[in-house]
Amino acid sequence: MPKKPTGKLGKERLIWMYTQMLRIREFEERVKRTFVEHPGVIRGHTHLADGAEASIVGALATRQKDDLAMPSYRCHGYPIVLGTSVKKMMAEIYGRKDGLCQGFGGSMHLADPAHHFPGTSGIIGQAIAHATGAALTAQVKKTGQVIYCFFGDGASKQGVFFESLNMAAVWKLPIVYILENNEYQAYTHISLEDANSVAGDRLSQKAEAFSMPGVTVEGTDVLKVYEAVGKAVKRARAGQGPCLIESKFYRFSAHGNAITIPPVPTQFPKHEAIETYGKKKEYAAARAKDPIQMFRKKLRSRGILSEPDAKRIEDSIRTELEEAVQFALASPFPAPEEATKYVFA
Amino acid sequence: MPREMMYAEAMATAITEEMKRDSDVIFYGQNLGMTDRDPMVRMFGKNRVRITPISETAELGIAIGAAMTGLRPVVELWMSEFMLVAMGQVLNEAPRLRYMSGGQVKVPVVFKAGYGFAAGWAGQHSNCIYHTMMGVPGLKVAMPSCAADAKGLMAAAIRDDNPVIYLHHYMQMLDKGPVPDGDYVIPFGVADVKRAGSDVTVVATGWMVSKSLAAAEALAEKGISVEVVDPRTIEPLDIETIVNSVKKTGRLVVVDQATRHASVGAIIAGEVAERGFQHLKAPVKMVTALDTSIPYSEPLEKYVLPNEEKIIDAVKGVLNSMSRGA
Repeated sequence: MPKKPTGKLGKERLIWMYTQMLRIREFEERVKRTFVEHPGVIRGHTHLADGAEASIVGALATRQKDDLAMPSYRCHGYPIVLGTSVKKMMAEIYGRKDGLCQGFGGSMHLADPAHHFPGTSGIIGQAIAHATGAALTAQVKKTGQVIYCFFGDGASKQGVFFESLNMAAVWKLPIVYILENNEYQAYTHISLEDANSVAGDRLSQKAEAFSMPGVTVEGTDVLKVYEAVGKAVKRARAGQGPCLIESKFYRFSAHGNAITIPPVPTQFPKHEAIETYGKKKEYAAARAKDPIQMFRKKLRSRGILSEPDAKRIEDSIRTELEEAVQFALASPFPAPEEATKYVFA
Repeated sequence: MPREMMYAEAMATAITEEMKRDSDVIFYGQNLGMTDRDPMVRMFGKNRVRITPISETAELGIAIGAAMTGLRPVVELWMSEFMLVAMGQVLNEAPRLRYMSGGQVKVPVVFKAGYGFAAGWAGQHSNCIYHTMMGVPGLKVAMPSCAADAKGLMAAAIRDDNPVIYLHHYMQMLDKGPVPDGDYVIPFGVADVKRAGSDVTVVATGWMVSKSLAAAEALAEKGISVEVVDPRTIEPLDIETIVNSVKKTGRLVVVDQATRHASVGAIIAGEVAERGFQHLKAPVKMVTALDTSIPYSEPLEKYVLPNEEKIIDAVKGVLNSMSRGA
């Protein structure tokens, strides 16, 4: 741990980071509330990033101008940080015409290439290869970009993970692999399905199989994530190849909304720790280490964030997301016959 | 000026010419460009010509990601069955990303692979699996049947802004034919009437086109005039040209190396039944492989695959079939 955990980050940047974390949380809260307040508005499967805020923001705060973020289907957090319109994001999740993808993708398939977010795959792990391909483009075209590849602990058991990391290491591609270990792959606890976990080892040990650096970082501490990812990005940009970073945090929501058969409305169930495994204490302990509250406390105690400023930020984010929800609700549905658009370029 | 060249050379020529024309085109795969003496490496360097491990899922997935971000990768897969270990990338990633993004991204990749290798490669290296691809909206599938088409379809595949599966036939790699010099691009979705005729329409794909042409030649000696239509791409599929031919001949034989219920032939027969039924004087006949895996031993292999004789029998069959009276 560095002596000055805020490092070279100035006040403005730290407050920006805090603000982005809060925006992610509020966005996810509003998505979740939609299931209660407007049943039926969100279809299919939705996956939330509450709990991941420090990991997402800490990582993306190290970005330079044209760097790309390519995550999995649990994809709401990243574009919020990259500058994507939360109105369009919400409208997409509501299946509306003004949605980011005009209602063609939904929650799992947000894409906003104009904001350095080329797209996602809903199939676990598959986008690891796509991100690696984006890094190939950066290398072939010498763009100087670094690709941020985010995926969950579950994806790290997919063949595509091993194949992609091997190729990225062979080719020394400018990519950083961020394994978000939130302890549960979908519904199964990691101790039941990961060899490293079973052995009591860190998951970043997988990097050794590809002779690349593997680091495990406290993913609830935005500054620690910033530091670890920053080093990996520097290395990648210098042409020294990829790193694997295991960012450890806890997913606060269940894997996704309950899978129900229409017309039975779907809701967010309780977290698997409680619902399936009966581990109420585990869940409570994780909630007590809320990354946003921890960062808020740190910023307050260092005099970086005043209480009135904190209040002002919170109020403005609440307003921003309320507007996003209203915008999405008011947006029309796409015309049905649009469905045949976009099959081919 | 056309130049005689082999089917394999024609494909390589197209890739080379496209790589010269467009620096975004890259070429990679297993066991290629292994040394500095490799002609492609010498021409384009190791940045654009790359060797990969045996990792089809990553090879294809990386190509998709590279295509999403500005390159036009051509992936050499050697055998179409190798795609099966990475079918999620082929069927559920490449063709979906543009659609799911509401048209914001494009995925201009070419997956190049050989198929139907009827030379004792047995159960897992000789199959025709293109039916799995042609039904997936967002994917295009090209199947060149001669050297000229091998070049023209490859050029079109590389310039296409969509994922294209380019399936070449190993039995035709050494076949020679005239190939136009320079820029030669065959538009997708335009069938080619390889031989004009008036009695029976034979629609054939890939290797089966040359078998059908040989059958047509033999039948011509007996006074039977066969029109041979090659769709060239099975997605998009030029049903118009096929129906127009059937309008003229009133009889249709569809020849496909695939197993019967997994054949392009079944799709074509279905389309003609819906759109050209009134022109048919006889039921459509499908000449396909038998519904077996491909056996190793030569007589067994020959038995299950379509050949010239089976095509001739089918043509005679539709001619002798009870006429519905035009």
